[in-house]
Amino acid sequence: MLAASNKATPAVSLDPQRSFQGLILTLHNYWAAYGALILQPYDMEVGAGTFHPATTLRSIGPRPWKAAYVQPSRRPSDGRYGENPNRLQHYYQYQVLLKPSPPDLQELYLGSLYEIGIDRHNHDIRFVEDDWESPTLGAWGLGWEVWCDGMEVSQFTYFQQVGGIDCTPVSGELTYGLERLAMYVQGVDNVYDLNFNGGEGEDRVSYGEVFLQAEQEYSRFNFEHANTEALLRHFEDAEAECAALLKAGDTGQGLHLMGLPAYDQCIKASHIFNLLDARGVISVTERQSYILRVRDLAKACAEAWLKTAGGGVGETANPEEVPNHE
Amino acid sequence: MPDLLLELFSEEIPARMQPRAADDLARLMSEGLSDAGCTFDRVEAHATPRRLVLSIEGLPAAQPDVREERKGPRTDAPEKAIEGFLRSAGVSLEDCEERVDKKGAYYVALIETKGRPTPAIIAELVPDVIRKFPWPKSMRWGTGSLKWVRPLHSICCVFGGEVVEFEVDGIVSANKTAGHRFMSDSRPITVSSFENYGMQLESAYVMLEAEARAAVIAEEAADLAGQARLELVADQGLTQETAGLVEWPVVLMGAFDESFLDLPPEVIITSIKSHQKCFSLRDPQTGNLANRFLMVSNLIAEDGGDKIVQGNERVIAARLSDAKFFWDQDLKVSLEDRVPPLKDITFHARLGTQAERVERIGTLAGEMAERMGVSIDLAKKAARLCKADLVSGMVGEFPELQGLMGSYYAHAEGLEHDVADAIAMHYKPQGPSDEVPANKVAQTVALADKLDTLSCFWAIGETPTGSKDPFALRRAALGVIRIVLEGELKLPLLQIIRPHIAGPLERRMDAEPGYVKQLVAKYLEDGEDAAKAEENWDKGRREECLAREVVAMSDSLLSFFADRLKVYLRDLGARHDLIDAVFSLGDQDDLLKIVRRVDALGVFLDSEDGQNLLAGYKRAANILAAEEKKGTKVEAEVDEALFEGAEEEALYGALQTAENDAVVSVSEENFEGAMAALAQLRAPVDAFFDAVMVNAEDENVRANRLALLGRIRAATLQVADFSKIAG
Repeated sequence: MLAASNKATPAVSLDPQRSFQGLILTLHNYWAAYGALILQPYDMEVGAGTFHPATTLRSIGPRPWKAAYVQPSRRPSDGRYGENPNRLQHYYQYQVLLKPSPPDLQELYLGSLYEIGIDRHNHDIRFVEDDWESPTLGAWGLGWEVWCDGMEVSQFTYFQQVGGIDCTPVSGELTYGLERLAMYVQGVDNVYDLNFNGGEGEDRVSYGEVFLQAEQEYSRFNFEHANTEALLRHFEDAEAECAALLKAGDTGQGLHLMGLPAYDQCIKASHIFNLLDARGVISVTERQSYILRVRDLAKACAEAWLKTAGGGVGETANPEEVPNHE
Repeated sequence: MPDLLLELFSEEIPARMQPRAADDLARLMSEGLSDAGCTFDRVEAHATPRRLVLSIEGLPAAQPDVREERKGPRTDAPEKAIEGFLRSAGVSLEDCEERVDKKGAYYVALIETKGRPTPAIIAELVPDVIRKFPWPKSMRWGTGSLKWVRPLHSICCVFGGEVVEFEVDGIVSANKTAGHRFMSDSRPITVSSFENYGMQLESAYVMLEAEARAAVIAEEAADLAGQARLELVADQGLTQETAGLVEWPVVLMGAFDESFLDLPPEVIITSIKSHQKCFSLRDPQTGNLANRFLMVSNLIAEDGGDKIVQGNERVIAARLSDAKFFWDQDLKVSLEDRVPPLKDITFHARLGTQAERVERIGTLAGEMAERMGVSIDLAKKAARLCKADLVSGMVGEFPELQGLMGSYYAHAEGLEHDVADAIAMHYKPQGPSDEVPANKVAQTVALADKLDTLSCFWAIGETPTGSKDPFALRRAALGVIRIVLEGELKLPLLQIIRPHIAGPLERRMDAEPGYVKQLVAKYLEDGEDAAKAEENWDKGRREECLAREVVAMSDSLLSFFADRLKVYLRDLGARHDLIDAVFSLGDQDDLLKIVRRVDALGVFLDSEDGQNLLAGYKRAANILAAEEKKGTKVEAEVDEALFEGAEEEALYGALQTAENDAVVSVSEENFEGAMAALAQLRAPVDAFFDAVMVNAEDENVRANRLALLGRIRAATLQVADFSKIAG
């Protein structure tokens, strides 16, 4: 039963060490104070925060960009019917994208960890090599996974290419695995035991109370009931719609009028592929060809984006003259 | 003599790239300075996660001056010509000397170029080295265009105590650096020399030398283990790697729940190592793993490391829970049930799936079973199951445990010991120092696996070239060689390969139309029309081409084995010429027989009899070669009636006996016996050459003597081709 009364003191409900929401709010405050836009999640099913157009599309083209947001991420194959303490088919990523990457990005990032209460004098924080690649987005970058006492708490990446396009300037991307980070600071071993709101006793709402049922239901859907015939059709439809929008939106004069809706269809195709994968109807050889089909869409969308205002059309600033946001 | 200190300070450099990067920095800077004429006494380079450091001692303050003379016009040349010369040489008349030759006096300009100051050289060299640095992977950052392994933050460059000034993509050189990321305050450290730099870094918690960090890790690990009466599961690679992850190593011990010790030890060690870069510990008395592990942190924590240990323990517990989950899940499915899913895994795009591969290995293992003295059923069963663990959860997570996990699962479901052992060992040996399977069934499957791989890649033309061997075929061939020799196995390779290579060749014919064309062209009869021949493909042409291609590919693969065997034997110290002498006999496809022959030959040639016989052989061969060059035909048959002396008689008798004995011994593979038979020839050969003139006046007698020499050559050929032997 969800506790309706609101007796949790504000201090506790905002405490990053005692509540899941407090962790999110602390990161919001930290990055807002830095000057990042605090955006909201994208309203579509995606596999990672990177898919949000505020990362994928904004990381290409010359315009500066600073944004932070939470993105619910769906990985149908990772569902465990709520029985595994660490694996979820739906979880949250906290995503920060700074373009161009500032010279003190590592220090900024560490500052955010200190802000959520990780004490630099007692915790072993490490940047461990981890090159990032998203075959479906045609994207790659170099960076690290960040370890705190052996636990991977974030991904830290300097984007080199997205949608097959070289990133100039280069964006720095930070991705915090929120559940894992919260488990770490709250000191719990089971994600469902996380304190969501910081309340105690009757007022305590756990992560499990909010999401356990969803994990069970979606695991059934993902693995057993999703209609694969319909999904295969939907994949084809999204792919065709994406291509049609890309064609219809291209003025032929260096401008594109529908890069964003086209990209939505690419996101859709990607998620449908993930669902089909979870249903086990895609063979190993087909798998590669599906990934390539999504990548082709992502590349075409990235090229269309470059022909829009957000992608830099009308931009006169030389990348060297991008104002420093510090 | 001034010294140079250079530090390139960046964000975290991947551990695996650090040693090579330090070497590259030392090499590129040394080369650049030497090319500019700046010699030095000593160079050393170091890498930590955040910096590459170079120290060069004993550089000159400047490049050496260069003196050059240039011949000019005659002293009585027109003024304009002299002026032009002076201008082009950049000197005035005072800098010229008058010299005299036969035709009279002329000017010589003495041009002296002052060497540039070394800092100027360095200021040009370092930016060049940075821009061209050979990182395996590099990246851009921010708005810049410079590439480095991770963002480069600062350059500290000091020569003789002074900053060498230059700039690379906005980074201006200075004499500043920083200490440990978490344990030093953030104030920059000002440095004046390498010695002073090292001392200041040490007190700012940075150990510059990777070897020193590795030594501290090894020492602290041994201490902590000892205090708990345990011993470290030593891992040199992991020690090196962790030394590249920290600037100030601090080793800490953690524990995990004892119930995890039910897992196979390799699973625990691999899980702890590959995910968490931690060391396992064991009880020195029993050899069993302990429920303890060691981690290497980068921090002297204020709380003594309690929180760090707690955090790591939780991660390790979660990792081991995952492993336990895989283990429990995997045990629910029999290996037999894992065979069908292998059809979903591609082995190689042109060679089909793992299921097809396993099928082939099974057939081959079955065919070899009898020769190997093992049950056909057992060999086939082991082969069928040998790759089944590829679709288990544990191997999906830890590919390096392939084979081993399969054998654990085989034991768990009560399969024959031979089968389990074959599954575990069939990938071996993986290199020159890896273990060779001892069990006969394991040897059979290991050989079948490797011979199948080799046959398949030969069939599709993916053979190793130069330094490229992406499918590790040299290693597979070496594996076959070691199993055969160390297991003392008699295997006629051609007989085994020929029928096996037909399958993949047929597959390729069916899949690749270009290959069909290629085969038709390759085996086209003289004057035959290619198009017509292709039309007849299904009317017998296919079978004909296949048969010829099977022979050609098998021979090609066999000669690959011969090459690998030569390399292998040479590494063991065998004489190259002796190996050639044996291979030159032709039709050698029994590796064990080849090696035994080489061994026996080596022993024989080390003896006095051997040396003398070789000398006799050479003498005979030289005479024969000279005659054959003249066009003389050497008769195969000797006519006893033409003998004039007892020595001829004796030699002929000895040759008949020796050759006969040698043939018998060789057929029994008693190569020592064959050598001993040849040794009997020494005295009669020596006596023959002492007493008999080959070049007799009577033509018939001479021809007969040449025939006798020919018989010496023939007799030795029973054992080896003596013409290939040096000395």
